[in-house]
Amino acid sequence: MIIKGKVWKYGNDINTDVIFPGKYTYTVTDPKEMAKIALEDLDPEFAKNVQKGDVIVGGTNFGCGSSREQAASCLLYAGVGAVIAKTFARIYFRNCINFGLPALTSAEAVDALEHGESIEIDTEKGEICCKAGVFSFPPLPKEIVGIFDAGGLIPYTKKQLGLE
Amino acid sequence: MGRTFTEKILGRKTGKDVVPGEIIEVEPDIAMSHDNTAAISKTFYKIGVDKVYDPKKHVIILDHCTPAANEKFAQNHKDIREFVKKQGIENFYDINVGICHQVMHEKGHVWPGALIVGSDSHTTSYGAFGAFSAGIGRSEMAAIMARGKIWLRVPETIKVVVEGEFPPGVSAKDLMLKIAGEIGADGALYKAIEFCGPTIDAMSVASRFVLTNMAVEIGAKAGYMIPNAETLEYLRGRVKTPFEIVESDRDAIYEAEYKFDVSVLEPMIAKPHTVDNVVPVAEVKGTKIDQVFFGSCTNARVEDFEVVTNVLRGKRVHPDVRMLVFPASAEVYIEVLKKGWITDLAEAGCVIMNPGCGPCMGNHEGVPADGEVTLATSNRNFKGRLGNKESFVYLVSPMTAAVSALTGKIEDFRE
Repeated sequence: MIIKGKVWKYGNDINTDVIFPGKYTYTVTDPKEMAKIALEDLDPEFAKNVQKGDVIVGGTNFGCGSSREQAASCLLYAGVGAVIAKTFARIYFRNCINFGLPALTSAEAVDALEHGESIEIDTEKGEICCKAGVFSFPPLPKEIVGIFDAGGLIPYTKKQLGLE
Repeated sequence: MGRTFTEKILGRKTGKDVVPGEIIEVEPDIAMSHDNTAAISKTFYKIGVDKVYDPKKHVIILDHCTPAANEKFAQNHKDIREFVKKQGIENFYDINVGICHQVMHEKGHVWPGALIVGSDSHTTSYGAFGAFSAGIGRSEMAAIMARGKIWLRVPETIKVVVEGEFPPGVSAKDLMLKIAGEIGADGALYKAIEFCGPTIDAMSVASRFVLTNMAVEIGAKAGYMIPNAETLEYLRGRVKTPFEIVESDRDAIYEAEYKFDVSVLEPMIAKPHTVDNVVPVAEVKGTKIDQVFFGSCTNARVEDFEVVTNVLRGKRVHPDVRMLVFPASAEVYIEVLKKGWITDLAEAGCVIMNPGCGPCMGNHEGVPADGEVTLATSNRNFKGRLGNKESFVYLVSPMTAAVSALTGKIEDFRE
């Protein structure tokens, strides 16, 4: 898969409350509405201006805090093509895989990328191409790549159960 | 080679030796979900399965917005009630029982050696009882309902050794904030934490719970302690499942080890807007507060009520402060009611609320106004956490919360 878009760069410890505020977890359920409040408490400009394929770049511990998976799915609904971080909080990382949102780990890329620059990601080659050069990211472990390749945990579970 | 608690539990579940970094598929003993069960049930049906794989393993507890704040929350609860009836899920606790992480052990769904997952990040809590417990996402809970299994990465283990005797009034919360401040919000990312040492062995059930509850705030997958005598006594009569205590081998391999001596511990506070933004309370002494949130799965048990009531009895909460009190569960509520403490707190000017999560994630019951400061005994102070991104949350112990409520300013209770 090729992902092409603009970089939205943020800092360390971006938590799920600022990605998808807790007060909406039971009241905002429509994907279009979820997209509109993505990153509401972090960057009010994001949801208004994000374009399909754009990439969120965070530092360490991206997605810490609550287990709410809307913090992953709202970005997908907003058109985000991938999230690149130095490290991910574990439940957030799981939620990304489960929704088929590429969560890529590359500390070098994070340091090199600038807010607003255009980048291209080749998920098969495991490469991030940007102004500063080409950076690689590790593939998903073989045990879980099947979940991502199936398009997420729900299609994967259907397959496991022979329901597809 | 010796093995850690985690390696033993996950190895037993897979029927072979496992090593850190390995990815395995396991069948959890218990799977807990709360108000998010409505969304989970919809995802479950999308998979194309009609019947839950093992209804006995699921525990569903309503706590995140109880009673319902509006028609959407009400519909959410209604959907869950219908789902549990249709699926024959007997371990269902409606809005009158309490916070999920408290109800889980009160009702015997947690035991030493159990493998528990929950679609809530604070599921790390049950390690205080010698269980391995980790938070998961909603879709993962739906998949467990469909096929009973989940993948887990076997985590490395970090040892946190705690020694010394707490100075008067200094508590487990101060210790946990100190740990968060030192180790950092990602200091235990993907790892299991084993809390041990003479101080941990001597701590009460409620105090031990504070540490494993907040293990996730430093990134941990799970927190663990060897159940002490008080813990086993607490579980007696509650747990119906036969269990065996699982401990790490003496020669188990730990990735890192930290030591804390609580005899020199000061009252600690996490400043806005991260849990690891921790300083001694003395550094922010005098900061004006508007609201005190005494509640949450971290600090709203009987021993916390004892501390708070002893401070407030016969006095009045400062007229500029709204002090909200949320017992962790109906069991806690009834016990402190019988002791007369609810009367003491109400007479001191506290607002007594129902057991539940309250304003903890900003749903209702105490959302602050712009610019207001809340002193909370809960576990998170992220921007917007209580429902307003223009407000400020400081995390403290029940003692610091109560003493500060009297003066309307953050106080160092040792003075």
